[in-house]
Amino acid sequence: MKALKYLLVKEYKQMFRNIVLPIVFIILPLAMMNVVPKVATQEVTHLNIAVVDQDHSDLSRRLVQKVSASPYFNLYASCPTYGVALEQLEKGNVDFILTIENDFEKNLYRTHGAEVMTSVNAVNGMKGGVGNGYLTQIIQQYAREISVDEGIIAAPAAEVKSRFLFNPELAYKPYMIPALMAMTLILLVGFLPALNIVGEKERGTIEQINVTPVGRVEFILSKMIPYWSVGLFIVAFSIFLAWRVQGVIPAGHVWEIFLFNIVYILTISSFGLVISNYSDNMRQAAVVMFFFIVIFILTSGLISPISAMPEWAKKVTLLNPLRYIITAMREIYLKGSSFHDLLSQFIPLTIYGIVMGLWALKSYQKNG
Amino acid sequence: MDNHVVIKAEGLTKKFGDFTATDHISFEVHRGEIFGFLGANGAGKTTAMRMLCGLSRPSEGNAIVAGFDVKDHYEDVKRHIGYMSQKFSLYDDLTVEENLKLFGGIYGMPRKKVAEMITALLKDLGFESERKTMVRSLPLGWKQKLAFSLSIFHEPQIVFLDEPTGGVDPVTRRQFWELIYKAADRGITVFVTTHYMDEAEYCDRVSIMVDGKIRALDTPDNLKKQFGGESMYDVFYALARGAKRGD
Repeated sequence: MKALKYLLVKEYKQMFRNIVLPIVFIILPLAMMNVVPKVATQEVTHLNIAVVDQDHSDLSRRLVQKVSASPYFNLYASCPTYGVALEQLEKGNVDFILTIENDFEKNLYRTHGAEVMTSVNAVNGMKGGVGNGYLTQIIQQYAREISVDEGIIAAPAAEVKSRFLFNPELAYKPYMIPALMAMTLILLVGFLPALNIVGEKERGTIEQINVTPVGRVEFILSKMIPYWSVGLFIVAFSIFLAWRVQGVIPAGHVWEIFLFNIVYILTISSFGLVISNYSDNMRQAAVVMFFFIVIFILTSGLISPISAMPEWAKKVTLLNPLRYIITAMREIYLKGSSFHDLLSQFIPLTIYGIVMGLWALKSYQKNG
Repeated sequence: MDNHVVIKAEGLTKKFGDFTATDHISFEVHRGEIFGFLGANGAGKTTAMRMLCGLSRPSEGNAIVAGFDVKDHYEDVKRHIGYMSQKFSLYDDLTVEENLKLFGGIYGMPRKKVAEMITALLKDLGFESERKTMVRSLPLGWKQKLAFSLSIFHEPQIVFLDEPTGGVDPVTRRQFWELIYKAADRGITVFVTTHYMDEAEYCDRVSIMVDGKIRALDTPDNLKKQFGGESMYDVFYALARGAKRGD
């Protein structure tokens, strides 16, 4: 193991003599923690809405005011007829139409019931669904208010009340930020090892190493340890940024985050090294690694929940290391789960890491 | 095994699919000898050399190098040999000194000894001012001299040189061969491939490979007699003309 020290000195020198890499280690977490949560938000606000108020009464105006006062909606136009409003929707100026019937106020006083109609542009299904939910909430709230103020019982007979646990505002940031940390790591400490050994093959330097009696374990460790240290720096830096810039702090323990990431970095850096060992040139390694990273990110639960996937796809995600780390990171950040509760993620991730580590070792051949 | 024999190949063969790159070659190299390993492009020289260095596993046959067989004990072979590949293969983003320290460390040489040897070596080569120079900014001739010095830095029994003077000017080539002679004087066996026939004349014994087989093996003088040529060029031409492979 004496040679390991010399090999590590070499790896660190090469890493920090590279003009680009140290900058990327700083810039990528900054971008992921600052910019991405702002631009990739799934929170829907400022939706354009057109209102067709056929009643022109006090109560109907009150509903229109309530809608336009909401941060979710932006009253784009008041239209005389539904037809005019529909034209606006077809032009793409508005995505929602709220139509209030002719005898809205009269019916409310007389029969304690009146109808409004909401029309939604569902081309973007998610935006439509979320916006419709907001609109329904506003109308229900309105019904409660007038029942108190005017004595009109217009609220629905039964009302569904939702109580959201762990993330009561359904805020996007504490949900996405832990997952973005895992993504930052695979882009750096997964991708870079994939290019490393094959890069030495291309330059021919690996021949000079292979003809020495250097141990395979030492050589692979010298490739892994630098990425471990860089990865853990990125984790610490990201936790700091999430706290200072986004105000997101983990509900659980920080040591749990580090323990998970130590295993996660072992897994993905070994994964990269395996690809590097089997590749003949850097282009090949980059394309193969890119393929896996894209598949891993799409099936990790980062974007769409795993529970919504078809059964066979759920099984496929069991082979995805990102799935375990993202689930665990979200549980640590949002729920503050105890380590015992996290074992269901920790055990498979650890097995994955060990298998990948051994494979990285086995696929490095000094004698072909 | 004869104490004077440091390389003994017996039916050494490497196949890549249907293609037999090196075809049952057998020969012996003696201690302290400069052994020229000649052949046209594609004759199988590099493949044979890689097997002798433990970089490539023989498909058939075996070879004993520095007392260990290359089939099963290739890591032991590696402790006792040096190798300089055809393609320059030092780390060009490390300095001259860092490259030497790295390989000294890999061979387990004591730190103090390495430091002393680096100073002596750089003085010998007249490289003192380049100690902290990045290898990438050295001229090719200097790089080759450095690569050779590094391949014998750990004082191996045998050094394998694969076209060490390719692309190098005649003056530097001359200096390079002086380094080779110095190494041989220190008792290091030199196993060298080359395409330069004047260099073949410098060797104690020469083998010529054609299409994966060794077609001739003797001292340069004897080969010239045997093939009735004036120079090694004539000998090589007489043998390699019939080659089916090559580019």
